[in-house]
Amino acid sequence: MTKEDVKQIVLDIIAEIAPDEELSDIKPEVRLREQLDLDSMDFLDIVMELRKQHGIEVPEDDYPELASLDSCADYLLPKFEAKASA
Amino acid sequence: MERDPAKRIVITGLGLTSPNGNTLSEYRANLLAGKARVQRIPMRYMGEVNAGVCDYDPMKYQKRKEVRNGTRAGSIAIYCSREAVADSGLDWDGIDKARVGVYIGTTEHGNVETENEVYNISQFDYDTKYWTHHHNPRTVANNPAGEVTMNMGIHGPHYTIGAACAAGNAGLIQGAQMLLLGEVDYALAGGVSESIHTFGIFAGFKSQGALGDHEDPNMASRPFDKSRNGIVVSEGGAVYVLERLSDAQARGANIICEIVGWNINSDATDAVLPNPERQAQCMRAAIKRAGLTPQDIDIVSTHATATPAGDIQEVKAVREVFANCPTTYVNNTKSFIGHAMGAAGALELAGNLPSFNDNQVHPTINVTELDPECAVENLVLNEPKLVERVDTILNNSFGMLGINSALIVKRFVD
Repeated sequence: MTKEDVKQIVLDIIAEIAPDEELSDIKPEVRLREQLDLDSMDFLDIVMELRKQHGIEVPEDDYPELASLDSCADYLLPKFEAKASA
Repeated sequence: MERDPAKRIVITGLGLTSPNGNTLSEYRANLLAGKARVQRIPMRYMGEVNAGVCDYDPMKYQKRKEVRNGTRAGSIAIYCSREAVADSGLDWDGIDKARVGVYIGTTEHGNVETENEVYNISQFDYDTKYWTHHHNPRTVANNPAGEVTMNMGIHGPHYTIGAACAAGNAGLIQGAQMLLLGEVDYALAGGVSESIHTFGIFAGFKSQGALGDHEDPNMASRPFDKSRNGIVVSEGGAVYVLERLSDAQARGANIICEIVGWNINSDATDAVLPNPERQAQCMRAAIKRAGLTPQDIDIVSTHATATPAGDIQEVKAVREVFANCPTTYVNNTKSFIGHAMGAAGALELAGNLPSFNDNQVHPTINVTELDPECAVENLVLNEPKLVERVDTILNNSFGMLGINSALIVKRFVD
């Protein structure tokens, strides 16, 4: 698994929970909330879908790690890798 | 004596979605043509059930995320409210949204969303960490009205009126009362139902022996028929724009009709079995408040839900109040669309309003053999009745825990 794979997983979740948003030109280094109409409930949806679909837990203290696609990839890749090797 | 226009409440707009129509004209055409629309749908844990399903387009007024995060009741309330405002000709962008109130009747709210979440966590060994954070905003009792305010940018009061199946009338009555009190200048009032999405309503009626069935779904709801065997649950909604007459006239509004009388009372006898004595009292009190007599009522829109006991009870009440009323006609809408629960009263009133213009009384259908115990003078069966003139409509809506409501509307005369 690569960071690009993780970004795609996050984008797929966002496409599901924020279906009105245009996701084709998201800048990975820019905060998601600056590019998309996402509120705190939407971020909780991202956390829930990571849990439901991938068995990945994001503790509340770590929510800021999900700010951008790049930070999501940095933070989530080790979790996906740990899960794959478990 | 001339009545103060600031103390008279008129209907100036209407939006609806019904299993057999998403506009008043479509709905009315089907009521006159005898076209029911009930279908078999899959129901969690139960197999197939008969239900009235609406096919309005939620995307007409909502974003996809709003539909995903909100409730069906909220979506129906938004559709109906937006349609009502469009129908009213109000300069929506020009009015003070703090002076708009939203009063939506519901039979129940939260069952659908709670059942869905229990089912959801059942897929995760009942681990509650998979329970959605959307649960509470979806299930708070004000949800359908609150979704309307968020969608339409309304800053006045909003709440739902929980009144079992009398809720549609109760929503309208609440709106009228708030206008009379001067709390608001515009009321979006009516009722909604999302009840076909909860198995519990169906299973509850089935356990009660009150769930209607027939090999032809469109025959499943048949009030007054000798073989009737219960309720067909439906979704739907009807929301009205109400204003004080003085305001409506000042803006040159098209006035659909005037709300002239109402009453809500309580049986205090049984949780489910209706009480004809109190129903009759309710109708009489509404007629008295309107300054009318039973002979003045042209159409009685009955609540009858096609349960074996309930229809007989209501007919007893109607016979008593409207004895010696040769020009009072009686009909029912549930034979077409089933029981739209919290929307029923508001939707059933809506289907009769065009009678002011076309002088036709829509029938109740699906009566193959009239139950003699449900026979009442001038019951309009299976075919519409052309009458000389319709000036007043009394709309009955009753519910569990013994809540009765009657609402009277009148052709508008300045």
